[in-house]
Amino acid sequence: MIRVTDLNIEFFDHERPETVVYDFDLTLHEGEIVGLVGESGSGKSMSALAIAGLLSRKDMKKRGEILFEGVNLLDCDRKTLRKFQGNEIGMIFQEPMTSLNPVKKIGWQVEEALRLHTDLSKEERKKRAIEMLQKVELHEPERVYEQYPHELSGGMRQRVMIAAAMICDPKILIADEPTTALDVTIQEQIVALLKRINQEKKTAILFISHDLSLVHQLCERVLVMKGGYVVENGSADEIFYHPKEEYTKKLIAAIPKVVRKTEKDS
Amino acid sequence: MRYAGKKILTMCVTLFAVTLFVFLAFHMISGDPVTSMLGTQATPERAEALREELGLNDPVLVQYGRWAAGFLKGDMGTSYSYRMPVSEMIVDKLPVTITMTLMAFVWMILIAIPVGLYAAKHEGGVVDRIITVVNQIIMAVPPFFAGILITFVFGMIFRLFTPGGYVSYQVNTGKFVGYLFFPSLAIALPKAAMAIKLLRSSVISELKLDYVRTAYSRGNSKRSVLYRHVLKNAMIPVITFLGMALSDMIAGSIIIEQVFGIPGLGRILLTSISNRDYPVVMAVIVCIATLVLVVNMIVDVIYGLVDPRISVE
Repeated sequence: MIRVTDLNIEFFDHERPETVVYDFDLTLHEGEIVGLVGESGSGKSMSALAIAGLLSRKDMKKRGEILFEGVNLLDCDRKTLRKFQGNEIGMIFQEPMTSLNPVKKIGWQVEEALRLHTDLSKEERKKRAIEMLQKVELHEPERVYEQYPHELSGGMRQRVMIAAAMICDPKILIADEPTTALDVTIQEQIVALLKRINQEKKTAILFISHDLSLVHQLCERVLVMKGGYVVENGSADEIFYHPKEEYTKKLIAAIPKVVRKTEKDS
Repeated sequence: MRYAGKKILTMCVTLFAVTLFVFLAFHMISGDPVTSMLGTQATPERAEALREELGLNDPVLVQYGRWAAGFLKGDMGTSYSYRMPVSEMIVDKLPVTITMTLMAFVWMILIAIPVGLYAAKHEGGVVDRIITVVNQIIMAVPPFFAGILITFVFGMIFRLFTPGGYVSYQVNTGKFVGYLFFPSLAIALPKAAMAIKLLRSSVISELKLDYVRTAYSRGNSKRSVLYRHVLKNAMIPVITFLGMALSDMIAGSIIIEQVFGIPGLGRILLTSISNRDYPVVMAVIVCIATLVLVVNMIVDVIYGLVDPRISVE
C-alpha cells in the first residue's frame, strides 16, 4: 500500500552535510503492523516524519521515493500532500504533553481533520468526535470534548492524539514512540488500544520505538535501524529469538531491565 | 462574584494610595495657588485671607480628608484659577482623551498584528529585515517628536490636516475624529513597533513547538497553522504588553495633546499643575488612574479567556 524505496535524508545545517538516513526501504501492507526499532539518533523518527510529509526544512535534502496510492509523497506539491495528511495518513507523537494545542478544546482538535478533509456539518463532526473519544476508551467523552489539554493526564492526552489521528479512518497510522513518555502500565494500555484499532479498522501501523519488548508484543514485522541504516529486517519472532546482528542482540539484552522495572512498579 | 469584589476592593485601595501620594507630593513642592489666583493684587493680607478661606492653612492630612470626603460625595471641588466646578471642566475633556487613546489603541492593533505575523511568517526574508530596521528607528523616536514630524510632513507639506485646527466633538464628530487621526497615530507608532517585535518573536518561538507539527500532520496549510493554531498562543504575552501600552498611551496622550493643540485632559493637567490648582490636578489624576486600573482589569479578564490554563479565580 505504501512503498518507500531508497529514502536518503541529508542535513545541511552544519558546515558539512550530514546524512541521517541511508537507503531506507519499507513496504507497508493493509492491516499490517511494522515495528521500527533503534536507539535515539538512529534515523527512525526522521524516516517516519518523511513518510508523514513533515520534513520540509530548507536545510534538508531528501532522495528516493515514497509511493502511496500512485503518488510520490516526496516530490508531490504541498496541496496534494495535505490531502493525504490527517486523511489517509494519521500520526501520533512521542510527547502527548506538548503535542496538543494548549489553548484549544479537545473536541476542536479531535475533529480538526474532519473539518479539513470532509464536508460534515458541525453537529456531525461533534458526533463523530465523541464516538471516537469513546473508541479510544476515554470515560465521559462529552465532558472530555469540552476540556482543555492541561486538564488531562499524559495517558489521556495520548488517547486524544490517537482519536484525532484516527478520526478520518486513515489507511496508515504512524506512531512515533507513542508510549515512551508514559507510565509502564499506561504503555500497555496504549499498545493494546493500537492493536484493537488495527484489528477493527484494518489500519496499517508503523510503530516506532526503542523498546523491543513492546514492539514484539505488537508487531508482525520489525526493522532495526542503526546510524541511519536498516541493519536488520524480518518477522518479529525471528528478530526477537534469533537476532543476526550484534546490535539487535544488545537491544534485546536491554529488555530484562525493563521487565524488572515493571515488576517493581506494579 | 467574589473575584469581582476582590478586584474592586484592590482598585479602591490603589486609588486611595495614588490620590494620597499625589496630594502629599504636591504639598511638598514649592508654589502657592493663592499668588497666581490674586496675580498683581496679591498683598500678604489678602493672600492670607484667601488661604484661610480655601483651607490651605490646615494640616495636609486634614486637607486630604476634606478633599476625599467631598470626592466620595461626588463633589470634586472648585477650580482655584477658573472659579468653576472641576466636574464641569473635566466632563467635556474626558471624551477627547478617551477617544484619542482608544483610536491609538486601534491603530496599534491594526498595525502590529498583520505586520508582526507577516514578519514571523517570512522570518529572515528581505521584508522581515526591513521591518526590523524600521521598527528599531520608530522605537527610538519619542511620541512627541513623531508628533512634530507628522505635523510637519502631513500637515505642512501634504496638507492632509490643518495643524491646530481642532474641532470639538460637540461641534462635528466626524471632523473631530478626523483631526485625531494623526495624533493617535503618533501615540500608537512606538507602541506598535514594540508590539510587532514582541509578536514576531512570540510567533517564531511558538512555531517550533510540538503542537505545530501535530497541526501539520492533520493536513493544515501554513496559513491555517498560523491563524488557527499559533496566533492565539502567540498572543498571550502580547496581550499583557497591549494592556500596559494602553495604560501608557493614556498618560502619553498628555504630551501629544500639547503638540497638536488638543484641549484634552492633558492640557488642563499641565496648566493646573503650574497654577497649583489642586482640585483640578486631583480630579485629572483620579480619572487617569481609574482608566489605567480599568484597563488592567480588562486585560486580566481577556487573559483568562485566551489562556485556559489561567483561571481568573
